[in-house]
Amino acid sequence: MHFDLEYYKFIIRVFHVLCGIMWIGLLWYFNFVQIPNMKNIPDDQKPAIGKVIAPAALFWFRWGAAGTVLFGLWLASLNGYIASALSLGLDIFGGNIKHMPIGIGMWFGLIMAFNVWFVIWPHQKRALGIVEAAPDVKAKSARIAMLFSRTNTLLSIPMLYFMISAQNLYHVS
Amino acid sequence: MKNPLESLPWTIVLGVVLTVILAIAVNLAGA
Repeated sequence: MHFDLEYYKFIIRVFHVLCGIMWIGLLWYFNFVQIPNMKNIPDDQKPAIGKVIAPAALFWFRWGAAGTVLFGLWLASLNGYIASALSLGLDIFGGNIKHMPIGIGMWFGLIMAFNVWFVIWPHQKRALGIVEAAPDVKAKSARIAMLFSRTNTLLSIPMLYFMISAQNLYHVS
Repeated sequence: MKNPLESLPWTIVLGVVLTVILAIAVNLAGA
């Protein structure tokens, strides 16, 4: 056996999936565990979450998102369907319709990663006191970060649905 | 052999319906 293109793609896919689990795993931790239970934590213990757990989780969360997108786009490029998928397989853009499901999944993933880096992370930095902000700005930032995080949780489900359908029903992997 | 792409419209519609239901559920749960 030699290290051919199929094997190269397999390795990239492994990293794509590992980063994806890191990202979505922490996204679901925030939305199903941390945020709903903050109200049950006594005020004097809240800094353990806000100052220790959340910043550490956010580090792996945002770099997991970056890695997932990087390895995913790399894989799509190696597979030769990146343009067709990003144009949703539409004929008018020269795409192949079988790439529509993976394309929809990719766009959901790209929107989510954009939200992570350009909305959630900047607002969380203010909310958690990593950068200075007035109390009212902090509260507003915490709310915006929470709403975009919740939106990403919502989008993660159809994102996975479309990516899994592409691989299992239309043999686009 | 059956063309696997025959199911594509259903898969897309089901995915869109899933997304819309989730969006409504999240909104009803309150922001």
